[in-house]
Amino acid sequence: MKKTFKKVMSLAIVAAMVLSVAACGSKNTNGSAANAGAGTFKIGGIGPTTGGAAVYGTAVKNAAELAVKEINAAGGINGYQVELNFQDDEADQEKGVNAYNTLKDWGMNLLLGSVTSGSCVAVAAKTAEDNMFQLTPSGSAVDCVANDNAFQVCFTDPNQGIAAAQYIGQNAMATKVAVIYDSSDVYSSGIYEKFAGEAKNQPFEIVATESFTADNKTDFSVQLQNAKAAGAELVFLPIYYSEAALILNQAASMEYAPTFFGCDGLDGILAVENFDKSLAEGVILLTPFAADAKDEKTQKFVADYQAAYGDTPNQFAADAYDAIYIMKAAIEKSGATPADGVSGICDKVKGAMTEITVDGLTGIGMTWAATGEVNKEPKAMVIKDGAYALIQ
Amino acid sequence: MKKFNLSKTTKDNLWTYGIVLVIALITGILLLTGNLSSLMEGLLVPICSYVILAVSLNLTVGILGELSLGHAGFMCVGAFTSAFFSKLTENVITVDIVRFILAIIIGAAFAGLMGILIGMPVLRLKGDYLAIVTLAFGEIIKNVINVLYIGIDSKGIHFSMKDSMALGLEPDGKIIIKGAQGITGTPKDSSFLIGVILIFITLFIVLNLIHSRDGRAIMAIRDNLIAAESVGINITKYKMMAFSISAALAGVAGVLYAHNLNSLMATPKNFGYNMSIMILVYVVLGGIGNIKGSVIAAVVLTVLPEVLRGMNNYRMLIYAIVLIVIMLFSWSPKCLEWREVFMEKYIRPRFAKKTSEEGK
Amino acid sequence: MDFLAHLINGISLGSIYAIIALGYTMVYGIAKMLNFAHGDVIMVGGYVIFIAVSNMGLPPVLSVILAMILCTILGITIEKIAYKPLRNAASSLAVLITAIGVSYLLQNAALLIFGSNPKTFTSVVSLASIKLFDGRITISGETIVAIISCLIIMAGLILFINKTKAGQAMLAVSEDKGAAQLMGINVNATISLTFAIGSALAAVAGALLCSAYPQLTPYTGSMPGIKAFVAAVFGGIGSIPGAFIGGIILGIIEILSKAYISSKLSDAIVFAVLIIVLLVKPTGILGKKMQEKV
Repeated sequence: MKKTFKKVMSLAIVAAMVLSVAACGSKNTNGSAANAGAGTFKIGGIGPTTGGAAVYGTAVKNAAELAVKEINAAGGINGYQVELNFQDDEADQEKGVNAYNTLKDWGMNLLLGSVTSGSCVAVAAKTAEDNMFQLTPSGSAVDCVANDNAFQVCFTDPNQGIAAAQYIGQNAMATKVAVIYDSSDVYSSGIYEKFAGEAKNQPFEIVATESFTADNKTDFSVQLQNAKAAGAELVFLPIYYSEAALILNQAASMEYAPTFFGCDGLDGILAVENFDKSLAEGVILLTPFAADAKDEKTQKFVADYQAAYGDTPNQFAADAYDAIYIMKAAIEKSGATPADGVSGICDKVKGAMTEITVDGLTGIGMTWAATGEVNKEPKAMVIKDGAYALIQ
Repeated sequence: MKKFNLSKTTKDNLWTYGIVLVIALITGILLLTGNLSSLMEGLLVPICSYVILAVSLNLTVGILGELSLGHAGFMCVGAFTSAFFSKLTENVITVDIVRFILAIIIGAAFAGLMGILIGMPVLRLKGDYLAIVTLAFGEIIKNVINVLYIGIDSKGIHFSMKDSMALGLEPDGKIIIKGAQGITGTPKDSSFLIGVILIFITLFIVLNLIHSRDGRAIMAIRDNLIAAESVGINITKYKMMAFSISAALAGVAGVLYAHNLNSLMATPKNFGYNMSIMILVYVVLGGIGNIKGSVIAAVVLTVLPEVLRGMNNYRMLIYAIVLIVIMLFSWSPKCLEWREVFMEKYIRPRFAKKTSEEGK
Repeated sequence: MDFLAHLINGISLGSIYAIIALGYTMVYGIAKMLNFAHGDVIMVGGYVIFIAVSNMGLPPVLSVILAMILCTILGITIEKIAYKPLRNAASSLAVLITAIGVSYLLQNAALLIFGSNPKTFTSVVSLASIKLFDGRITISGETIVAIISCLIIMAGLILFINKTKAGQAMLAVSEDKGAAQLMGINVNATISLTFAIGSALAAVAGALLCSAYPQLTPYTGSMPGIKAFVAAVFGGIGSIPGAFIGGIILGIIEILSKAYISSKLSDAIVFAVLIIVLLVKPTGILGKKMQEKV
């Protein structure tokens, strides 16, 4: 009796699955044939919109949507409208590949993503296979742009680490430096390693190297205590702002007030809802973007973003916004059209990438090398009276 | 007409193999004729590895009757050891399939070994305490791999738990495991065909074990430990046997996983307790001790979140609700009762008629 | 001096684990189920307080009470819809999996409602921190409140279970559901009450967790939830004083291993100590000996 039910059930499930697989069939042969007449550029986006890293993916998604809307309102790219489809990857490599395949089925022409480095490296292997143009707003690991079809908007991790060490050394900001980094995170450990390597050539000494992991990022008392005991005058934080907010808070409660120095991941700290901005007073960060910069472009972007999504955009959002405009510039330069197909667009656009110069939110006069790395000036910002100020 | 007198268990086994074979064949045909979407194509290898994970965990949970929350840890061991091997020998063994078979053996062996090492102390515990200790081991494995740096140069293999500079490599050396950044550039050796073959091997091992003398001894331990002991069953031996086979098979799944993606990192998402719990969900949803159920549940639950992508932001919310509803539907005594009544009324008369006709 | 500072930090962290573990152990002890959604109820409590304090301007004490009420309602609802139908299921694992489903549900619902941006929590504790040895060692107000709350809750729970009729009913249900039913105890109501108390405790834990580590995301509760579960097992799950001791010890081990061994490997060390403790004492520090039935 019970057996009968189970048999019926398993048959039904198998049938349903076969059907669903078949229904999802109809492979889109690389999007070229199906889209030839459609006349729109289909841009796919990949990033985490659920899970612990959702804050970064959501920012990229929102900002990219904003840029696409603006471009469409202004007449599109080369006269073609732009469509954006953003898929969740939960910051996981496997889900990232799933998201990429979903977008391929949708008929994507160009890829914006992935947002996180791990997923980005896995997806990059796939885009190389398909010769799909890929521009990552924030995947900062070197392996993200290992192939010639992939480009970055953000700095690579080694660049940031070396730049930070040089900045601290050249400005003689401290002689004793402590580092607190996330040893389970690609971005953070990547910057730390280069920072530590470059520090050997600089006139300061790393007196304490402290780390934490993704599973253990609420209590930083030990790390701070050790930095304090070692007499560090400056604490280097190559981490993201949500953990940094906690570190600042705990440092304040133990009355430890060194100079905190961060990279682009730290940007967004002032936008944390309800955050006591006085805690971040004097924090220095090397970042290409600051939400309250006074230039017209940034102010317009921030105002539009706030109006549309109710949050202050962080550096991820700015990178993504720039990324869409960079794609636009490169497509316009190369004269690619949706009819060129994925591979055709990629060949044209990647050639144009090394020729264009883009003025964006995250840098003036950005240019790209054929390796995919961006060439732009990091700005050193200091947080003063609850706002970013450029250090001259 | 001569009747085949197959025993009940053989029939049940054939049924399980049959389901896998039919699904694999249909999928294979769709794949070869180019009728499979890119998403489905990309999902094939992950589905294979989750099926193997679910079947292997069912050996521990369903057959041995012990709750393990560290299954992803064994997967992690298999994934990293095999990916390390493949990276190391990428230029030495140039025949992909030979290298991959060796990688599978290595992954399974290390995971099985880890199973034995962990099983020895742990299997003395019972119930939720065993569960928490396996969870702890899984987390330890993930944590240790995250701080591991291994590089190779002309002088041999270097090893460090600090950072990549501490390896002290020669200029010609290369770093294979880079701490949190894991292993990148693993050769993509996994394929659907190999995945399906591995599923069959897994099913063969597990089903044969269940229906063997050893398997009956293991189930006797599950059903009544003291009674089993009193009739002279060597408890430790059989527990270890089930646990280490289960671990080795999880290692195989890890090998498949690692050779499907370009980058391998131990994150909380893929090798943490969340993944162990996810595998447990497949097992419980498919029916504890029901191997064929594990296969189906693993496939359905892997495909489900991808099919739900159209729901955008509501995707994971709906996934959670579906999970709860399915659990209530398939486990609640009230629901089961209602289902029986429903079957009695509508489905069974027809089905019974059909089978009686077939019997003639 | 450093050691003392680390020790106090450990106790601070441990007191937070302890207060979460009390709720865990309470539900486990009576209903015999691992409520994986407990950490997420804590997160909901945190958000309720955040909104009450920051958006509605309620005083902290009132907000905590509001959160306790809402979490109690939430806990009872979850229990009624998701757990109760499975109470007599063929395997106790069924309800464990449903609890995981509820945990996903709460996290994703929170993600949709509150967004993924972290929110900084305003501490509900106004007690000033105590400074010793010229400010070289600080004991924060949150720690003091957490430890006092733990002691009060512990005493309250023990009194409640041993001295009231409902508490005795709980004990009976935890010993043997069937026999309790035969004695005329309403098992369903008793288990609902357990979940109500557990969820109210989760709200208190949420208030203190978010006050001590002032950041709130939809995933705030999950890791401390798992750690507190480990703490509860450490102390002997089901034992109320055990949860407190387990929490404190876990916090101290975590901090000391970070300080003196390796901050990268502290998770591994904590879990390794757990394994050793369980191997030596298989039911935790204060756990009851299990009787083997033939």
